[in-house]
This record gives sequence, C-alpha cells and structure tokens, in this order.
Amino acid sequence: MFRNRASATTLLVSMALLFAACASPDAGDTTTTESLGSPSVAETTTTSTEPAMPGYPLTVNSGGVTTTIAERPTAIVSLSPTATEMLFAIGAGSQVVAVDEYSYFPDDAPVTDLSGFTPNLEAIVAYEPDLVVVSDDIDGIVAALEGVDIPTLVLPGAQRVQDAYDQVRLLGDATGMISEAEALATEMESEVSALVAGVELTSEPLTYYHELGSDGGGSFYSVTSSTFIGEVFGTFGLESIADPADSDGFGYPVLSVEFIIDADPDLIFFTNCCGDTPETIAARPGWDSITAVQEGALYELDDDLSSRWGPRLVEFFRLVADALAERSEG
Amino acid sequence: MSIPLAPSRIRPAVAVGGVAVLAGALLAGVLVGPAGLPAASALSALFQWVPGVDAPAISDAHQSILFSWRLPRVVLGALVGGCLAMSGAAYQGVFRNPLADPFLLGAAAGAGLGATLAITTGARAIIGLAAFLGAIVAVGIAYVLGRAAGGRTGAAIILAGVAVAAFFTAMQTYLQQRSTDTLREVYVWILGRLSTNGWGDVTALAPYAVVSGVVIFAFRRHLDVLALGEDEAATLGVPVARIRLLLVAAATLATSAAVSVSGLIGFVGIIVPHLVRLVTGSSYRVVVPLSMIFGAAFMVITDLGARTVMSPAELPIGVVTAFVGAPFFLLVLRRSRRTAL
Repeated sequence: MFRNRASATTLLVSMALLFAACASPDAGDTTTTESLGSPSVAETTTTSTEPAMPGYPLTVNSGGVTTTIAERPTAIVSLSPTATEMLFAIGAGSQVVAVDEYSYFPDDAPVTDLSGFTPNLEAIVAYEPDLVVVSDDIDGIVAALEGVDIPTLVLPGAQRVQDAYDQVRLLGDATGMISEAEALATEMESEVSALVAGVELTSEPLTYYHELGSDGGGSFYSVTSSTFIGEVFGTFGLESIADPADSDGFGYPVLSVEFIIDADPDLIFFTNCCGDTPETIAARPGWDSITAVQEGALYELDDDLSSRWGPRLVEFFRLVADALAERSEG
Repeated sequence: MSIPLAPSRIRPAVAVGGVAVLAGALLAGVLVGPAGLPAASALSALFQWVPGVDAPAISDAHQSILFSWRLPRVVLGALVGGCLAMSGAAYQGVFRNPLADPFLLGAAAGAGLGATLAITTGARAIIGLAAFLGAIVAVGIAYVLGRAAGGRTGAAIILAGVAVAAFFTAMQTYLQQRSTDTLREVYVWILGRLSTNGWGDVTALAPYAVVSGVVIFAFRRHLDVLALGEDEAATLGVPVARIRLLLVAAATLATSAAVSVSGLIGFVGIIVPHLVRLVTGSSYRVVVPLSMIFGAAFMVITDLGARTVMSPAELPIGVVTAFVGAPFFLLVLRRSRRTAL
C-alpha cells in the first residue's frame, strides 16, 4: 500500500498537470509560451504580384517553431480541435484530409483516431499530409515530421483573446484563404465588441468564480483574470476571486471551499464537464451564504466553448453576456 | 528478579494531557483556516450558547465556513483518526504483530477496489458504500480462508490477508489503468481526504465508530491476555478464536466506515498505538483508550496542516500524515528508553 501511495503521489502530480493542460491547452510548456509572441509570416520569395497575397514557399513562425510551406496545402492533418474549427470556418475544410479524435466540430470534419496528446508519426504520415497543424509540440512530433519533410504549424493555446484572431489570420495565410480568414477574424472582433457594448458595467466590479472541475480531494480548479478565459470575463468588467490565490502565476490555482465561501463571488460559472447543476452546487455545505447562490447567479458553460479559442469564441462571449443580462434582470 | 509490569491504569496526568491535546486540536482546527476570520470572533461564535458570551458580528460567509464547513470537518477528522488508531491497536493486539495496521487483512485493497468500481462505472453517488462493502468483503474472505487453512493460528489469517489484498489490488489496478479518463480521480481517492459533505459523513460514520469503539474498549483486557500468546490465553480460559473474531470484526467495521468517508489515510493506524505505547507502556487497557484520543487529535492536527500549508489549495491528508508523522515518531522512538515495542 505504501509503495502504491508513493507512485500515487507521482501520478497525482502528473495527472493534475495533464488536467490543467487539458482544461486550458495553453498551460503546457512555460518556456515555449514565454517565447511565443505573435505569429509572424515571412515571405521568402517575391514571385507574388499581389502584396496582400503571400506566395509559396511561405515561411511561418508560430509557437516557437519556424516552418516552410512549399506550396498551397491540399492534404492537411489537424491534431488541434481549435485549428480544425478555424480551418473549416475559413473555407479550408476541403483541404483537410484528417483530424484528431476530439475534432468533432464541425460535423463534416474527417474525424479519425489520431491523437493530439500522444501523436503517432506513422499514423500521421499514412495520410500523406502536406501540412500538419498541432497545438503543442508533444513528444518531439514537430522534429519527427520535419525529418520526413512534412511542415508543421504550431498554434499554441491562446494566452490572450488577440491570439485567437491572429491564429485565424495565420491559418488563412498558410492555406491560401487569406480574405476569408480576414473576414472571419474581423467579424469575430466586431461581434465581440457589440456583445461587450451591450452590457452595462457596474460601478463596483462584479466578482466571479469559474469552476473548471474538482481536484478530487474536495478543492476546485479555477482560473485567474490573467488567463485566456479570465480575459473574456475581464472584458465584461468581471474580476476572478482566484487572483489572490495564484502565487506562482500559473493562472489555474486550486481553491479550497473555505476560500471560495470567504471570497463570496457575485457570479459562479461552471463547465458541463462533471455532472454539476446549479442545484448541486447550491446544495454544497456552506455554499448557501455565497451571494451568487443566494441570487441564483450560477451559469453553466459548454466545456468546448470555454476551452477552445476558435471561431466559436464569440459564443463564449455571448454566454457571459447573456448571464450578465439575466442577472441584472433579476 | 522482578519483571517490570506494564502499568495497566492510565496515569491521571496522561489522561488529562490527552484530553487537553484533543480539545486543543479540535479548537485549533475550528479556529484556523484560509478565510480571514478572526480567531476571537470565531471563538465567541462557537460559544455564544454559553451565558455571558455575546454573539459576535460575523458575516454570513464566516458563519457558513465555521458551522457548515470547519466544524463538521474537524469532527469528521477526529472520528476517522480515532477509528483508525483504535482499530490499529486492536489488530496489533489480536495478531501480536507490531507491524499490523487497520489495513492488514485487505481492508484498503477491498475499499480501493470498491471505490474504483464505483468511479469507473460512473456510480459516483455510491463511492462510500462501495468502499465500505469492498473493505468488509475483502477482510471477510481473508478471515474465512485463513481460518480454513490454518486452524487456530493468527499467522494463517495474516497470510490469507496478504494474498487477498494482492488479488484485490491487482483487480483494482487493472480497472484503474483501463479507464484512463478516471485515473486521476481514483488516485486522489486512494490518497485520502477528509470529505466536504457537511454533517452527512459525520452522521454516517458515528454509529459505526461508537459501536466498534465500545466493543474494542470493553475487550481491551482480553487483548492483554492474547498478548501472552494463543496457547497461554487459551489456558487462562479465553476463547481465543471467538474473541479474535469479535475484535477483528469490530476493528474492520470501524476501519471500513472510516475509509468509506475519507479514502485510504495511512500511517495513523500503525503509528498512533506505538506512540502511545512508547509514552505509557504496552498494556492494552491503556493503549486502546489513549489511541482513540491521540488518533483523533493527530488526524485533526494533520488536517489543519493539509488545509493551511498550501492555502488556499489543500494537500492530500495522506501525504501529511506520513510526512509529519514519520519524523515525529522517529523522534519519540529515539528519545524513548524502552527497547521493546
């Protein structure tokens, strides 16, 4: 049993990290994310006559990886559910030959059993791709693909909302759907602006608690204002109760129940991952004193909407806007 | 040459000290936590029923934290710690084995299998019940097989327990590895935690703790006789097999009920009885009641550490019991002049 417990501790830690990485695909490798910056596109040749139309070969730098795309890709493999959504939204869906097991949106995406978490080189190469899109360079897959002359585009988890728009445009450049991507990004930006403008800010900022899930031991994972999710809430003037708890700046601290009750959030958001309902949360011992519970301000969020940064990001903004409108109506 | 006999009565100073330590631990457990609730306000809120103590002006949130959250958790910790420590003492006495702990006959493996089954099949509402039944079934099988194989000796039962534990752990590990999506949940359950179910867990555990506690306490003298050896005890007129069954059943009931609400919290059940022995001598008339008291206090204190060290996150309590308990125990062991455990 004790031997079990020692390995259990190790596994707990690694599983906790994995969980955080799943819940927020941007929480993976800190050294990579720090060196991110905005993705950039560099033209290597001047054969193109239209200035807005980068030609091929095209050198792309994103996620700390520089790759050269020889010609317009026609056999794309996407191992990132977010990138899959972006590709189909900018009209590059017909250029996609295979997507990973979790890329179940949109419906017509060619889902396979490929994994983005444990990428398998041979399984990917079997689709004879001329471009692979991933969200993380897991298990050295980028170098492995480079070894067989397949360019790989890394589109890491968005740290800021702006990253989402940038990645849409970058995928437009990479796939030759430049004007479609520009139109989508602009539309997303303006819809978000309209949603934010439609919400009246309160004089005192409202506080929220966003529950990612239980840590299994009676505490809960949450997000701070400095995360991608936190920025969405922050756009509406909301402040996360988790901010003071994030001493290491990780962005996804674990909060004890006592801390949550004491912080007394005005709103509670939770994902539909774990079978919770507003009723089960309100029934937790001691939670009845929380303002959000007393006012019935508990809102369920779709797990996919809050953990992906693709075209449906607008829907995430809309859920928050709707929640705020519902709350102010009482 | 006179043989120094272990004192069979609790010295008043030790009794008073034990109760004081437990009371202090309970009070500290309720008064200290991540929420910015002044200890003085919390104290007067706790004792506002005493004439002369005015109800303090504390917020609803602090009221909830105090009475719906900390108080049940501290009481639960005391019950779990008391159950595990007294069961450990009973197992050590019954099997005359200083390495015995409440999980000796497969209770942990059985509870782990039960909980894993419940988690992997999505029946999360009955994790506690599944763990409870798993523990009882595992120990039951070990006991029956051991009796059948080894007749009257306790050694055969222990060996059967080892085999049953290995078999149940194998099944548990297989289930756990097969369902990777619930892997983490299973591991966290195994690490142990004091649950957050308000008074529900306390009222679920209390009847078992009381019944088992009364039985083990009532038969503590028999543990002293069993300590002489099985043949000697039989010569003295003790029905060894029946007493052993009764005590193992009581200890198993308490252990199963405790793990069903708290998961597998190790170390308490083996270390606390030894700590008591090192301080007060080895008579079970002393070790049993003091193990209950110090087990309860030890668990409340380690839970306080689990709640506050990484605040506002919590450490798994199983990690804290071993991390704090092991060095402390070695210190006492070193300072103790007694050579025999």
